[in-house]
Amino acid sequence: MAEPREVMRLENLRKSYNVGRPNEVEVLHGIDLRVDSSDFAALVGPSGSGKSTLLNQIGLLDTPTGGELYLLGEPTSRMDDHARTAARGRHLGFVFQFHHLISAFTALENVMMPMMVSHGRPDRETSDRARSLLADVGLEKFADRRPTELSGGQQQRVAIARALVTRPALLLADEPTGNLDTRTAADVFKLFRRFHETHGCAVLLVTHDPRLAETCDRTITLVDGRIVN
Amino acid sequence: MWIESTIAMRFLRQGKAQTLLILVGIAVGVAVIVFVVALIAGLQANIIERTLGTQAHIRIEAPEEVNRIAPPPPGALQLVLEDRRAQSLRPINNWQQLRDVLERLPGVTAVSPVVSGPAFGRRGDAVASVALVGMDLSRYLRVIPLDRNMIDGRLDVGSGNAVIGRQLANDLGLRTGSKLRLEAGDGRDAIVNVAGLFELGVRELDARYVYLDLKQAQSLLGLPGGVTVIDVTVDQLFAADQVAAHIAGLTGVHAESWMESNAQLMNALSSQSMSTNMISFFVAISVALGIASVLAVSVSQRTREIGILRAMGTRRGQMLRVFLVQGAVLGLVGSAIGALAGWSLVAAFNNFGPGLFYIPMPPALVPAAMALATAAGVVAASVPASRAARLDPVEAIRYG
Repeated sequence: MAEPREVMRLENLRKSYNVGRPNEVEVLHGIDLRVDSSDFAALVGPSGSGKSTLLNQIGLLDTPTGGELYLLGEPTSRMDDHARTAARGRHLGFVFQFHHLISAFTALENVMMPMMVSHGRPDRETSDRARSLLADVGLEKFADRRPTELSGGQQQRVAIARALVTRPALLLADEPTGNLDTRTAADVFKLFRRFHETHGCAVLLVTHDPRLAETCDRTITLVDGRIVN
Repeated sequence: MWIESTIAMRFLRQGKAQTLLILVGIAVGVAVIVFVVALIAGLQANIIERTLGTQAHIRIEAPEEVNRIAPPPPGALQLVLEDRRAQSLRPINNWQQLRDVLERLPGVTAVSPVVSGPAFGRRGDAVASVALVGMDLSRYLRVIPLDRNMIDGRLDVGSGNAVIGRQLANDLGLRTGSKLRLEAGDGRDAIVNVAGLFELGVRELDARYVYLDLKQAQSLLGLPGGVTVIDVTVDQLFAADQVAAHIAGLTGVHAESWMESNAQLMNALSSQSMSTNMISFFVAISVALGIASVLAVSVSQRTREIGILRAMGTRRGQMLRVFLVQGAVLGLVGSAIGALAGWSLVAAFNNFGPGLFYIPMPPALVPAAMALATAAGVVAASVPASRAARLDPVEAIRYG
């Protein structure tokens, strides 16, 4: 694997809700965090500790109220929606608890979707890449199925393939196995591990499951909006 | 645009039931617009054609005779008690030159000098009041297609021949070949041969008009060489008032367009057009609201998918266009079906309807209705589309 490099760095990142109103509440109290390309990390913490909020900041889905977030060395706080959207599409991959495939498209088209929204009609290379990712998750035979014709575990595997099709620098997963039975969860988890090793992308998993967290190389624990380890 | 249209079409195809229902709704609306607009246009064209079958587009007469009142000396107050002058039958000055000027005017297609005045028609003891119309037949036919309204005999007004209306013939017991005595007052009278009968379909005209050639009528009315009216036909029917104003300004004669002579008809026609426009407008509004509500439901149903598309790099503008395209496609496809249905209704009316009149299909109507519906679709889609574009991906994914 190549020399580890910095993918994401948070400096004193803060996030408040209801800013300027009487019920203003700060959820993240100055987070400092660095994620390298070699990281396979679990983000753990009790409910309400701010895990999802932090993940949304890291995923550029939300804007922090203070501090700075560097993606591949670039500060992001001054980016407009257009630039943040472009950065998300190019450098980040998302896997959510409820797989969220686009039901009007086949499995293969869902995998190609991030490429299609940024580059338009998929070329040969894109569809080959998507097919090989589907093969990697063991679903090459299901390429032309609609999401409704797939099981929950299969859908989640398609979502993982989709998250990797742009070769992101950082893969973010929010409770990716929370909705799956133990065995399927273990399979999905192995996939993350394999992609981390073969594609060299950093992985950050949010999870409740302490056993899952233990198998990660690094555990980031969040309590009441602060990192405690 | 490729990905936007692709997603839009997939969304529409996936929500088949919704899509079909709203397409039917749009189609019904557009069919109503197309049929009503064509029907009213056809009806109006028919009314105008019937009205102008017996009238010139512009009627030119000598200016009214007025009293000339000498201006008062400076400083004096003048009180005037004026009686209007009786308008005697009088010819248009220099009508030959005027005719030549009119013929060269742009927009004028036919010019027909006519001498017209009152007389009595007599046969035995029966007397009828008639209107003598002396004209140059070849010119007159270009203004009023009298030849198409002949029901008996032949259309011949020269050398002692006259053509009279069917009603007048009934009133005086005349038929083709009978003799008719015409008396125009001051001892001027003539006996003419009834060469043929016409029926214009307007009772007043069929009971009164006696067509002669210019010379006979001029001598009967005591206006040798003169004409009292010049009938003018124009190529743009609804520009007749402008042409009339132009003629009056240019030559100083009194020129009245068919629109002024039929003010009540014009009023009825414009009220009709207004009600057609109102129907079209409100149908278009309800079609637009239908599209807007279907797309609003679609945005709500797809909130999560929109959130995930945004998370994976779909820009706000792209999200907006996904829904605008859906509105445009619904409008375009629905209106194409509707236009076809409206066109079929028109064809059915023409072939199997009451047969009162024929509805021509205005060539611009279908493209105009489709353009209108497509534009309405885009406008209607803009509200749900901007809601989709503004969705916060975090909220959309979590709560959608």
